[in-house]
Amino acid sequence: METLMSILVGILFAIGTYLILTKTLLRIILGTSILGHGVNLLIITMGGLKKGGPPLLGIKNLTYADSLPQALLLTAIVINFATTALFLVLSYRAYKVLGTDDTEQLRGTENE
Amino acid sequence: MNNLVILPIIIPIIAGMIMVIFRENLILQRFLSVFSTIAISVATLLLIIQISSKGIQTLYLGGWEAPFGVSMVADMFSAILILVTSIVSLCCLLFAFNSIGRERESYYFYPLFLFLITGVNGSFLTGDIFNLFVFFEVMLVASYVLISLGSTRTQLRESIKYILINIISSFLFLVAIAFLYAMTGTLNFAHLSLRVAEVGQEGLMTTVALLFLIVFSLKAGLFLFFWLPGSYSAPPTAISAIFAALLTKVGIYAIMRVFTLVFYHRPEVTHLFIGILAAVTMLLGAIGAVAFWDIKRILTYNVIVGVGFILAGVASFTTEGMTGSLYYLIHDMIIKALIFLLGGTIVHLTGTSKLKEISGLIRLHPGLGWMFFIAALSLSGIPPLSGFLGKIFISEGTFKTGYFWLGGIGLITSLMVLYSIMKIFINGFWGHTDLTEEKEKGTTKGLLLPIGILTILTIALGLGTEGIHGYVDIAVEGLMNPSQYIEAVLGSNPAQ
Repeated sequence: METLMSILVGILFAIGTYLILTKTLLRIILGTSILGHGVNLLIITMGGLKKGGPPLLGIKNLTYADSLPQALLLTAIVINFATTALFLVLSYRAYKVLGTDDTEQLRGTENE
Repeated sequence: MNNLVILPIIIPIIAGMIMVIFRENLILQRFLSVFSTIAISVATLLLIIQISSKGIQTLYLGGWEAPFGVSMVADMFSAILILVTSIVSLCCLLFAFNSIGRERESYYFYPLFLFLITGVNGSFLTGDIFNLFVFFEVMLVASYVLISLGSTRTQLRESIKYILINIISSFLFLVAIAFLYAMTGTLNFAHLSLRVAEVGQEGLMTTVALLFLIVFSLKAGLFLFFWLPGSYSAPPTAISAIFAALLTKVGIYAIMRVFTLVFYHRPEVTHLFIGILAAVTMLLGAIGAVAFWDIKRILTYNVIVGVGFILAGVASFTTEGMTGSLYYLIHDMIIKALIFLLGGTIVHLTGTSKLKEISGLIRLHPGLGWMFFIAALSLSGIPPLSGFLGKIFISEGTFKTGYFWLGGIGLITSLMVLYSIMKIFINGFWGHTDLTEEKEKGTTKGLLLPIGILTILTIALGLGTEGIHGYVDIAVEGLMNPSQYIEAVLGSNPAQ
C-alpha cells in the first residue's frame, strides 16, 4: 500500500511540477494545488498507513494508529487552502491591472 | 513553565485582531501598534533577565508535556532576537506613520504588520518543527498581503513571483518534515535532537538535513535569492525595511537552530555545504550591489551579502564563529532597517531611485547625509560601529576551522559593500545641488526620528558591546551545547 501511495505521490509531484513550469498563471496555481495534494498524501503515508488499531494507547490493543500525521495533514490542508485562495484573488487582480496572465510578460524590472 | 514565554506571540495577535474591528479608527490603530511593540520589548526584557538567572524558559501549551504537545522554548538566542525585532519594528512603524499613506493605513496595514510580527516572534520561540512551519506561514501570509498592498503594477508583478516561490518552498518544508517524522517519529526539537543522536546522522538523515537547508535557504536568501531583489524593492519603504530586517533573518534563525540542535553530527558535510553557499551568496550579492545604479537594487543586494556573511560564521561551527554570527545578526537586523529607511527617504525626497539623477542632497539635508554616512560605515563593519565585532569574530571562526577561502571572501566582499554604499553617498549627497526645497517631492518631517533612533542604536551597540557581551555568551553557549536545550525541554530524565 505504501509503495502504491509513493508512486501516486510521485505522479502528483510530476503533474504539479509540469503545471508550475507552464506560462499561464492559472495553470501555475492549479499546479501548486496539485503539488499540495501530493505533499498531503506524502505526510499521511509517512506516518504508516495501516496499523490495525484505534489511535489510542490501549490496555488491550498493542497496536495503535498514529494520529499525529493526520493532525499535521489537517493543518497543512487549511494553510494550503488559504494561500491558494489568496493567490487566486491576487492573480485575478494582477490580470486586471497588468492585462496579462502570461508569466513571460511579467518578467523584467522596469516600472512601466 | 513560564507564561511570559507566550506574550511576544499573544500581544501582537490580539492587538491585530482588535484593530481589524476598528478599521477607520487610525489613531487607535497607531496607538495600539506602538503600544504592543513596546509591550513585547518589556516582556522580552523580563524574559531575558529570567533566562540569564534561571536558564532556558519553557511553556507547554495546554499542559501537554514535551515531546507530546507543542512546547514554546525561550532561550537567550531567541529572546535577544525578539527584543531586536520589536525595537526594529517600532522604528519601522514610526516611519510608516508619516510615509505609508492614508489609503494603505485604512486597508489593514497595522493589523497585517502585527500579524507579521506574530509570525516572526512565533518562529523564534517555538520548540516544535511543525509549529515552526505554521508560524512561517503566519508570517508569510501577512507578508503576501503587505507586499501587494496598494496594488501598483510593480507590486502585483513582484508579489506573484514572491508568493509562488514561497508556496513551493513551504511544500518542500512539509516534505522534509514528513521524511523526518518517518525516520524519527517526533517533531519536538529537543526530542529530535536526541533521536537523531541515537540513530546517527547517516546518509539518509543528512539528505533530509540538506532538504531542510534548501527550504530555509529559500526563505533566508542564501544562494537561492533570485526572488529577493525584485520583491524587496517593490513595496513602500516602511514595508521593505521590515522585510529586509526580519524576513530573511527568520530563515537564518531556522538554519542556525536546526543545524546546531538537530543536525550537528556531520559538520564536514552539512556545514561545509552551508559555507560554500555562503561564499557564493556573498560574492554574487556583492557583485550585484556594485553593478547597479539604482538605490533600491543596491540595498537589496546588500541584504543578500549580509545573509551570506552571517552564515559564514555558522559554517565555521566554532564558538567564535557563532558569537560573530549572533553579533552580526543583531547588527544586521538594525542596520538593514536603517539603511532601507535612509534609502527610502532619499527616494521619497527626490522621487527617483536612479542614482545618476540625484546629487548634492547634503546641502538641503545635512542630518540625513551624516546619518547615511554613519550607517554606511556601520554596514561595512568599520570600528567602533556595531558591525565591526561581528566581522572580527566571524573571520576568526572561519580561520580557526581552516576555511580561509570563506573568511577571505567575507573580507573582500565587505570592501565591495563599502564601495557600493559609498557610491550612494558620494553620488547622492555630494556634488551640485539640483533640487531646491520647493521642488522636492516630499518632506523629511517625522521621518528622521526613527532613522535617528536606529543610528543611535548602531553607535551604542558598537561602543557598548561590553553591556550585551554577557548575554550573547549565554546564547552562544546554549547553541553550542544542545544538551542545555534538551534538558530544559524534556527535563533531566529524557527517557521518552
